[in-house]
Amino acid sequence: MTATESAPAIVPSFDDEEDSGRKLAIICSKGNLDMAYPGLILGNAALGEGVETHLFFTFWGFDMIVKSRMNNLQFSPAGNAAMHLPFKDIHLPQALAPAMTGAATKMLKKQIADLGVPEVPAFLDQIVGAGGHLWACRLSAEMMHLDASALRDDVEGIINASDFIEKTAGAQLLFI
Amino acid sequence: MPVTTMNGHEVHVDDEGFLTQYDEWTEELAKTLAANIGIDLTDRHWEIIRFLRADYAKQGETATTRRVDTVGGFPTKEQFQLFPKKPAKKMAYIAGLPKPHGCV
Repeated sequence: MTATESAPAIVPSFDDEEDSGRKLAIICSKGNLDMAYPGLILGNAALGEGVETHLFFTFWGFDMIVKSRMNNLQFSPAGNAAMHLPFKDIHLPQALAPAMTGAATKMLKKQIADLGVPEVPAFLDQIVGAGGHLWACRLSAEMMHLDASALRDDVEGIINASDFIEKTAGAQLLFI
Repeated sequence: MPVTTMNGHEVHVDDEGFLTQYDEWTEELAKTLAANIGIDLTDRHWEIIRFLRADYAKQGETATTRRVDTVGGFPTKEQFQLFPKKPAKKMAYIAGLPKPHGCV
């Protein structure tokens, strides 16, 4: 021990007791490109903090895990009163919005890529790599006449609402 | 800003214990930092730590797990195996860098 006036070593408490056993369940119910991201970003962040994370895909959110659709999620400015033109604070006239899905999707994809944020399938790869669990909604699969072969291979199961409630006992829950 | 002594050298740290001066870090110190949080450094750990140090020197900010994967070439899954539970923070701590600011 050297004589010094400095403080004893401060060690971060990475594995705090209070964090252990924390669980997060995220229900992804939207298939619009912009609405796919909140669940992915929060799920990824939770995994990075050591939180057990489950994502449940239902209704339109199903498109995020359907192999033939997951690369083609779209963003529509229609019905979004907060949509601005890409310069200044000028609102996009809603009458023009429905015709702009293609351009708006392209623009959003570029903005996301510029921030180093992956596209939806690659983002889910990362989430699974970080230990996240993906679940598909049984009712949605039946409505869309899809089975496991249509889904990402890393979806752990097609489960019903009761299964989901059971699996996520004690979890904090987000519905998106 | 607290000053603490590690391996006989005074180093500047923040309130959580992360080093705040890039140049105060040494590989010797990294071993102590890793031991503090219960990690034995293997060659693979060192490769990641050296990537983080070099990347910070170029970018001016700490790489996120995403960047360690896509730019550094260390798969996310492996990062979680080597630095369990909280890889981004643990990697930054051992590499003597601030916690990453990026969301992804």
